[in-house]
Amino acid sequence: MREISKHPVLSFERGKRIKFLFEGSPVTAYQGETVAMALYRNGIDVFSESPKLHRPRGMFCAIGKCSSCMMRVNGVPNVRTCILPVREGMTVERQKGLGEKPSKAVKYPPPVIREEKVAIVGSGPAGLSAAITLAENGVAPLIIEQNPRLGGQLIKQTHKFFGSERENAGKRGIDIASEMIESVKKAGVEFYLNSTAFGFYEGKTLGVFAENKLLKIRSKYFIFATGAAEKMIPFEGNDLPGVFGAGAAQTMMNVYGIKPGENVLMVGAGNVGLIVSYQMLQAGINVKAVIEAAPKIGGYFVHAAKIRRFGVPIYTSTTIKKAIGERRVEKAVIVSLNKKFEEIPGTEKALDVDTICLATGLIPSVSLLAQSGVRMKYVSALGGYVPLRNKYLRTSLPNVYVAGDITGIEEASTAILEGEIAAYSILSDMGKDVEKELSDAISELSELRSGPFGAKIVFGMKEVQYE
Amino acid sequence: MSDYLKTGYLKNEDVEFPKSDSLRGRMVAVTECVQEIPCNPCAESCPVNAISMSGINGVPRVDFSRCIGCGNCVAVCPGLAMFLVGIKEGKGVVSVPYEMLPLPEKGSEVFLLNRKGERTGKGVVSGIRKTDKSRNSVIVTVEFENRELLKSVRNIEVIK
Ligand code: SF4
Ligand code: SF4
Ligand code: FES
Repeated sequence: MREISKHPVLSFERGKRIKFLFEGSPVTAYQGETVAMALYRNGIDVFSESPKLHRPRGMFCAIGKCSSCMMRVNGVPNVRTCILPVREGMTVERQKGLGEKPSKAVKYPPPVIREEKVAIVGSGPAGLSAAITLAENGVAPLIIEQNPRLGGQLIKQTHKFFGSERENAGKRGIDIASEMIESVKKAGVEFYLNSTAFGFYEGKTLGVFAENKLLKIRSKYFIFATGAAEKMIPFEGNDLPGVFGAGAAQTMMNVYGIKPGENVLMVGAGNVGLIVSYQMLQAGINVKAVIEAAPKIGGYFVHAAKIRRFGVPIYTSTTIKKAIGERRVEKAVIVSLNKKFEEIPGTEKALDVDTICLATGLIPSVSLLAQSGVRMKYVSALGGYVPLRNKYLRTSLPNVYVAGDITGIEEASTAILEGEIAAYSILSDMGKDVEKELSDAISELSELRSGPFGAKIVFGMKEVQYE
Repeated sequence: MSDYLKTGYLKNEDVEFPKSDSLRGRMVAVTECVQEIPCNPCAESCPVNAISMSGINGVPRVDFSRCIGCGNCVAVCPGLAMFLVGIKEGKGVVSVPYEMLPLPEKGSEVFLLNRKGERTGKGVVSGIRKTDKSRNSVIVTVEFENRELLKSVRNIEVIK
C-alpha cells in the first residue's frame, strides 16, 4: 500500500471515496485528489507509452509542468492527469503515442471575457503575497492557478523556514501557506483553480483554459508568478516510471499522503535534494543514498547534517549512470566522477531502489512571457532564460511584472518579498502613496541576499536588471 | 575545520564546546551551525541574549556563561542545529530536536546516535518537550553513563 498512515508533522484529510474507470476497471479514489495520484495510490505506474519505441511512461513533475502524465480522459487525449481532479464515473485510459482524436466531438461553452485591473498568474508564495498586498491596498486582483489548490509549492514545505524573524523564519512552509491562503480568501480575492494560462497575446490578453471553458482575460497590469519546472538530466532509463522530480515526490508525500516508493536514490545534494530526503524519512521511506556530481554539498550544511544523523550516506563527486527496470525502476547504477566530471571506470555501483528522485535544478517557467515578446536573457546563475526587469520587477513590457522563481531560482522567502515589490510597484504606478513600503521591501530583499548563498543570485541579477 | 561539505557531518573538534567542569548541574546550548546562511531565529529567541551573530548571514556563537539552557533556540532552529548538553548527577545529558515517528516514551531506553547515524550506546529518555502545538515535533532529552559521548550524541533511535 502506498498510502502514508502516520506522519510526524502532517495529518491527511482524505475526501470521500469515489470510483472511476481505468482501462475499463473501477478504481477507488478520494475526492479532491488528482487522477494521477489516485492511479499511483492504486499501484499504477504506467500512464502512457512513448510514440515510437513504446516505452512505458509515468508521472514526472506532478504539478502540470512536464506533460509526462498525459492520458485519455473521457475520450479526450493529452490531458495532464497530475493536475486534473478525479470525478465520479470518469473514464481514464493509457495513451498510446501522441494520442488519437476524441471519439466524439467535445462541446465547449462560448469564451468568457474578463476585464481586470491586475491579473496574477500563479498562486505560489510570490503570487499570493502580491495578491494580499494589492488587496490590502484596495485593488482586487484576479488569480489564475493551474493546480487544484492555491499555494504553489509552499503547501508541501513541511520544514521550518530560514530567514529573519520578521519574514516567517522558524515557521513551517505549510503554516505560512495556510495563513496566506486565509488572507487571500478573507480579502475576497477571486481565483480560478484548475486553470491553465496557455497564451499571452501582445502583453494584453491572457488565454486561459479553465475546466472546460475558455477565458480571455484583459488586464491593465499582469504579474507573472509562474514559478519553475524541475530539470531532467540525461542518463539511460531516465524515462522509466519511478524516476521523479524531487518536487513531485514531495507533492505525493506531503500534499496527497502517498509514498513515491520504498527505497529511494536522491540525485542532487542542493537544498531541494537534502530537504526532500529528510521529508522522505519522515514519511517512513528509506533513502538509500544522496549523490552529488559536484565535489561538495551544494545545499545548506545543516540540511545535510539532518539526514546524515539518520545514517543516510551522501556521496559527492558521484552521478547516476543508469536506471534499470522493466515497467518501473528496479535498480540504479551510480558512478564516481573525477575532477573533470568524467566517469571513473570500475567505480560503478548498483543500488536496489524502486525510485530515483532528481533534484538537479529548476528552470524558470518563462514561456508565456517569451511568447509575448518580453525581453529575455539566458543567465545560468538564475537557472536559464529569465525576463529582463528593473528593480521594481517591471519587465520590458511596462504593464507586465514578474515575481518569484520566474525571475531566477531562489526560495519562498525571497519570492514573498518579490510578490510584495511587484504589487507595490503597480500600486505606485496607479498613483497610490506606497513609496516607503516599496523601498522597505526592496532593502529587505537585498539584505536576505547579502550572504554567500545570495551572492550567486546578486551576480546573476546584474545581467538582467536595467534602470 | 574538517571537510564537512564533503561528508555532511562535523567532527567533535569542529564544534565549540563548553568546558566539562562548567556543565555540572546545568544545561548549555551548543550550535552546529557553521556556515553563513540567511537565518537568525536562534539569536532572536534567546531570552538572555546569549547567542551573538553579525547580521542575518552571520554564524551564531553561544556565550556559554550566559546561557541558561532554556532550549528556546533548540525549539525554533529550522536547521535542527542547536542542542543542549549538561551533566546531571554524574551522568551525561543531551537534548536533541526530533521530528520522526514513533516518538520515544519517557523513561524508555533508546539507542544513542552520532552525527553519522551510528549507534554509539544506549541512554534513557528523561524528558520530552513539544515544540509545535499541533505536531509531533519535540525536543528529546537523554541521559547516559558515558560522559565522553556528550560531544557526539546528536540523535536517538527508538528501540523496537
Ligand atoms: S538555551 Fe536558551 S539561553 Fe541558552 S542560548 Fe538557547 S535560547 Fe539562549
Ligand atoms: S536558527 Fe539554527 S539554522 Fe538558523 S542561524 Fe540559528 S542555528 Fe543556524
Ligand atoms: S505535467 Fe503531469 S507529471 Fe508533469
